[in-house]
Amino acid sequence: MEINIRVNGRAVREQIEPDLLLIDFLRAHGCLSVKRGCETSNCGLCTVFLDDKPILSCSMLAARADGHSVTTLEGLQEEASDFVGFIADQGADQCGFCNPGFVMNTIALLRENPDPTDDDIRAFLAGNLCRCSGYEGQLRGIRNYLNQREERRNGQEV
Amino acid sequence: MLTIQNYVRAQSLQQAYDLNQKKSSRILGGMMWLKMQNNTVNTAIDLCDLGLGAIEETAETFSIGAMVTLRQLETHPGLNAYTRGAMARAVESIVGVQFRNMATVGGSIFGRFGFSDVMTIFLAMDTQVELFGAGKIPLEQFAEMPQDRDLLVRLIVKKRPGRFVYQSMRNTRTDLPVLTCAAAELDGAHRVVIGARPARAMVLRDEEGLLRESIDLSSAHTFAVWVAGHTPTGSNVRGSAAYRTRLARVLTERALLELGEPQQGGSEDGD
Repeated sequence: MEINIRVNGRAVREQIEPDLLLIDFLRAHGCLSVKRGCETSNCGLCTVFLDDKPILSCSMLAARADGHSVTTLEGLQEEASDFVGFIADQGADQCGFCNPGFVMNTIALLRENPDPTDDDIRAFLAGNLCRCSGYEGQLRGIRNYLNQREERRNGQEV
Repeated sequence: MLTIQNYVRAQSLQQAYDLNQKKSSRILGGMMWLKMQNNTVNTAIDLCDLGLGAIEETAETFSIGAMVTLRQLETHPGLNAYTRGAMARAVESIVGVQFRNMATVGGSIFGRFGFSDVMTIFLAMDTQVELFGAGKIPLEQFAEMPQDRDLLVRLIVKKRPGRFVYQSMRNTRTDLPVLTCAAAELDGAHRVVIGARPARAMVLRDEEGLLRESIDLSSAHTFAVWVAGHTPTGSNVRGSAAYRTRLARVLTERALLELGEPQQGGSEDGD
């Protein structure tokens, strides 16, 4: 069957098998940030945006994404770069395998709720597993990023 | 691994229903469970073009399409105002936001999973399911029926005056629940729903009027003991039957006491 999906702004038309999963479609198109960390729809590593909503690409048929827009971390380099530095500075990344899914879902959180509390952050990111850390570094990284952004904003106002 | 031979976006409910009469067909919900199964599906039927992805609110009802996601339930202002946040509380521990952006209410309810938080909270309300073949039937009746080849179109919740509270016990935050418990006062009558027993959720009504006078420490305890005594439980990897029976009492008691708290900003007199 034929599908048309917009991947990071680029229109892709392709013949696919009906049971092809979106994650495999995306990886075949060079989006290698999208990873499989589990087989139980639990780990969040394969997070992408479908029409700006974060979803698990391992659990969606490419066929169902026909006619929609998909964004991966490859398409969000600019929005992600500032924030990723803060995570790295906390030493939160160890193996780094979970990082792309974690960054994608953090971007989704901050778009929906630009000023989250620590509980908001924990709740929104509960579906992003990291097996190296205890999540404290990630939380500190997000917090520092938000504080610094706030300071910058206040500085501009003065 | 899930193998699918044909994928069809149904263009009418009739077409979806007709295609689904074959045993080798499957209607796709969020696909969260389906994709984990070792299964060959001849025709996968997608309802995504049928306009079932919205929650419609009127003065009397909520009409919730089968393709509405759990995240929509969690964030819908009207539904959460009516349930006093119990709807959000029921689904917020289900895996993560990405999962809840995909898992559908139709898939959760049609699957009649024993562990279902979604089934538990909807049984606490006056909920009907609308099936394409069988028409409208109460959710409580639907919950006990075996799976057949009908097509769940939507849920209809009547906005009867009510108050709702949701509790669950989980071994870790986003795991399946060991036990679920919803308590409700609906038109002045009390009910408790216990799910993840681990069998399907069941409704227990205050038939003996134990809560009729008031909900206080003593009446909540008495009713919770009654609920625990009337709820069959079983053992599985998440907990033993005895543990679940204990949880049924404790969660019921906590839920009732929360239910009995004076409404914030309401007209009830404090003591």
